[in-house]
Amino acid sequence: MLLKNATIAGALVGLMGSAAFAAECGPEGQSIRVLGSDFPAIQAVTATAEANCGGAANEFTITLRDDTRDMMNQAQTPNPAQYTSVIVANSTLTQQMNDGLVRPLDDLIEKYGASLKPNQLITVDGKVMAVAFMANSQHLYARSDILEQAGVDGIPATVEEVVAAAEKIRAAGIMEHPIVMNASGWNMGELFNLFYFAHGGELFKPGTADPNVNNETGVAALNSIKSLTEYAHPDYLSHASNETQGLWEAGQAALGIMWGSRGGDILDDQGSSPEVTGSTVLASAPTVAGGSIPAATLWWDGITIAQNISDEEAEATFAALAGALTADMVAEHNDDAIWLIEGFKPGPAAEGVAATAQGGAKIYPMIPYINLMHNAASAELADFLKGDETAEQTLADIEAAYVTSAKEAGFLQ
Amino acid sequence: MKHRTFFWFILPTLSAMVLFIALPIVSVAVQSLYIEHEQVLVVTESCGPFGCDETTTIDTEATAALRSEQPLGRFNGLGTYTNRAHLAFSEIGEAWRTTESLGDFFNELLNLPFYWALAFTLTYTFVVTPFVIVLGLAIAVGVNNLPRLFKGPTIFISLLPMIVTPLVGALILFWMVDADGVIGALLQRLFNDPSLSLKATTSLNWVMLIVYGIWSSLPFSFIVFYAGLQTVPHDTMEAAMIDGATKWQRMIHVVVPHLMPLVVFITLIQLMDNFRVFEPIISFQAEAHARSLSWIIYNDLIAAGNPLYGSAGATSLLTIIGVAFLLTPVLIRTWRDFNRKSV
Amino acid sequence: MATKAQSRITPLTILSVAFVIIWVIIASFPFLWTAWGSFKVQGDFFSKADWTNALIGTNTIAETGSAFTTAGYYGAWVQEEFWRAVLNTSIVVFFTVTISLTFGTLGGYALARSGYKYAFWLLMAALVFRAMPHITLVSGYLLPFFEWNIWGILPTTIIVLVAINQPFTLWMLHSFFLNIPKDLDESAMVDGCTRFQAFRHVIIPVMWPGVITTGLFSFLLAYNDFTVTRMLLSQENETMIPKIASFLGSTQVQGNVMFAVAAVVSATVPLIVLIIFFQRQIVSGLTAGAVKG
Repeated sequence: MLLKNATIAGALVGLMGSAAFAAECGPEGQSIRVLGSDFPAIQAVTATAEANCGGAANEFTITLRDDTRDMMNQAQTPNPAQYTSVIVANSTLTQQMNDGLVRPLDDLIEKYGASLKPNQLITVDGKVMAVAFMANSQHLYARSDILEQAGVDGIPATVEEVVAAAEKIRAAGIMEHPIVMNASGWNMGELFNLFYFAHGGELFKPGTADPNVNNETGVAALNSIKSLTEYAHPDYLSHASNETQGLWEAGQAALGIMWGSRGGDILDDQGSSPEVTGSTVLASAPTVAGGSIPAATLWWDGITIAQNISDEEAEATFAALAGALTADMVAEHNDDAIWLIEGFKPGPAAEGVAATAQGGAKIYPMIPYINLMHNAASAELADFLKGDETAEQTLADIEAAYVTSAKEAGFLQ
Repeated sequence: MKHRTFFWFILPTLSAMVLFIALPIVSVAVQSLYIEHEQVLVVTESCGPFGCDETTTIDTEATAALRSEQPLGRFNGLGTYTNRAHLAFSEIGEAWRTTESLGDFFNELLNLPFYWALAFTLTYTFVVTPFVIVLGLAIAVGVNNLPRLFKGPTIFISLLPMIVTPLVGALILFWMVDADGVIGALLQRLFNDPSLSLKATTSLNWVMLIVYGIWSSLPFSFIVFYAGLQTVPHDTMEAAMIDGATKWQRMIHVVVPHLMPLVVFITLIQLMDNFRVFEPIISFQAEAHARSLSWIIYNDLIAAGNPLYGSAGATSLLTIIGVAFLLTPVLIRTWRDFNRKSV
Repeated sequence: MATKAQSRITPLTILSVAFVIIWVIIASFPFLWTAWGSFKVQGDFFSKADWTNALIGTNTIAETGSAFTTAGYYGAWVQEEFWRAVLNTSIVVFFTVTISLTFGTLGGYALARSGYKYAFWLLMAALVFRAMPHITLVSGYLLPFFEWNIWGILPTTIIVLVAINQPFTLWMLHSFFLNIPKDLDESAMVDGCTRFQAFRHVIIPVMWPGVITTGLFSFLLAYNDFTVTRMLLSQENETMIPKIASFLGSTQVQGNVMFAVAAVVSATVPLIVLIIFFQRQIVSGLTAGAVKG
């Protein structure tokens, strides 16, 4: 009942807003089925799309779950596919493209993408494969009051400064473990990516699937991570975002490398004291070893259209979703995400990601075998951080683990 | 029982198992002998909100053509079973040749993912199983000796660890054992060590997972033993008492032998379940310190994005073989019982 | 007899009572802690600052003005419509248990009464089937289920749960039937009953204790299952456990953990009622079974 009313109300608003409304929804009477992860920005986009075009479509379903990554390829393989659109991020676009499950969007953009900005278009091999609408990255969180108390000037901009600041905080007896960072499971491999990229490394030999991490850059990256973990909470290997955010909000950390998308939750008035939120600064991810690349990977979330569906369904789905990526939608949901759409007014929660992106952080690579490398790093890095292994041995293990799975997946011979 | 009658009685359960377990096992076994086709890669450029990058993509058309010729992939024989991610024969051989002491060799061995996971899996299985049996029996005897009034509530409470959803049970315990949580803080006070943290070192992580495993499996063995105790023959107990046997002696010489079939049953189920330990590792976010065989499978199927079916299939079959190996003594016993029955 | 033995207080008795008391505390403490904490805010129940916050509710008072809040329950049940998940779980559990027990009693009875070698090998095969890690099975199901368009619906999940639960059910019921004397049904057959009639009129009336106990374990499996239900059910058919998991958030986004805690506590209530109701049967059922290896 509620849903239906919302649809009608939304349709009315859409009608009043633009006279050419009906045309913007593409072919009528189609079935639009959207799959995405369950978070506010995607909720906003899909709800707006349904409000605009739910009336024109025969069927409009929105499926938002927390495990889309685990089943999206199997869901999209049959013909017709289970969903007409999957909302993806860097790594999941790769996952879908590996099986050829998403279609190029160029002709659809020509028809319905007038309001999209060129930098929203994710182009692979000259073809637009996805339309991004929001950005995310890791960056530095700092407590200005504690830094001041420990006699640190300004916000640290490099890993070396972060470590020095942490040492001062420890020496001043304010905190024994001032640094928090996500390091459990998948986050561990991501840590390796951050610092390897910041040191200027390339994960693969150019143009091939051969691994390229067992080198001096790799050793330097591992040592950078270790220099930080010396000051991290003793349990950091089991920490993911929930734990690091909890520590931060409890005022038990002064420097953190955490996701930008957690900024809003950390700065709000829940779960923390005004003392903590008032002095929390969201800054660019630190650079390392005199380099200029921030230790972060940039992520986007965007819409794709399934390969195994009819052209009419594809058109209707794209029209509905692209039509939702407007300044009006952003104005209504400004603080839900760091939007890449016209009209976004960055608030304090967006400062860290904005600074990191401007600083020239690398985008999380869209390479078919990146997930295998990431997985290998996640699995092998712990031995080094626990102090059980040398950096060289760990890097050799990462390469060996990657080569084993890349051979099975057919990327290496 | 006649063959024909037997067939009709067994048909529903058998068809469910064949369709949903046996066929998948066969298909997994076949899949584990194959690897993916060579992927046809193209070097291209990808652009997005943050600029352009050189990258490679898969030529899906060319790869699809290869796939349609041989849908299963390239035949690899037992190659997947012996590669580094599984039994790692060549790596072990290499380690044997190059290491000087046995200790070094074991270090090298445990550096291989499969053996590292096997080490935890076996430790977990062989610590949790006996504890669950002994403590379960002790609780059952204790509860059985309680006044009637207290029995009901005690039984109910004893079942709680089993009926609180493992997912959330582990999540809550994860926070409770945190250095800042109630159990963690209690332990710090108990051992007078303010820096003690169960999650910080590998050995304490293992202890934590094992204790959780015992805690969550105890209700199962408790309830089975408690029921078994109700059937201990009174006259034997009485005779033992008249002979002057103490409570302890009666326990060892009358009760335990009577419960032996139950011990076998619980051992069977527990060995099997513990060998497949998985959920606690995820819930306690302990991957850095402890991995099990099931965790490796999960890692190949889910964490890898595009699943590595061959690798996961090989680990799954190795798990089944491992379970069969562990259960051999129990199976031989069942075989004897069965033959006795059919005589 | 037993009372006489108990009347003497020996060190062993004291030890055993003390042991039970310790166990009761260990078994119930996490649950009581959760139940109490479900009326706090996340900052207290999952406090990183001081665990005593979970007891006294410092942040709860600061954020809501009172030491107790029902926000978690309101959020889970009203805002997130947890009752839908409860409804789906009821359907899944009811059918899984019923079908499991029907299949299992028939099969278990046949295995217990057949002396042929293949019966033994079937039991062994069932054990091997049970050894298969569920995660492998479930990932294998995904693609065919999507292709046949049967993914996401309740019947598919029910039949999968029945199937992976069969080995355990079969073993347990097989052991129970072994304890029911053969003469019982065989004499009925001598009187002219067919095998099935003997089963229906003679065995069914005496098998309930065993069936109820086995049913309890089937129930718990279906009720607590996460691997199967998470991967095989669509959004509108989601059961309780995946729903609770979806409250927990992801790497990027904070979840509503207190919704999950409140949902867990409320999900336990029907179980308490159920256990109290069936307690006697469960124990007497296992007694009659005296499960054999």
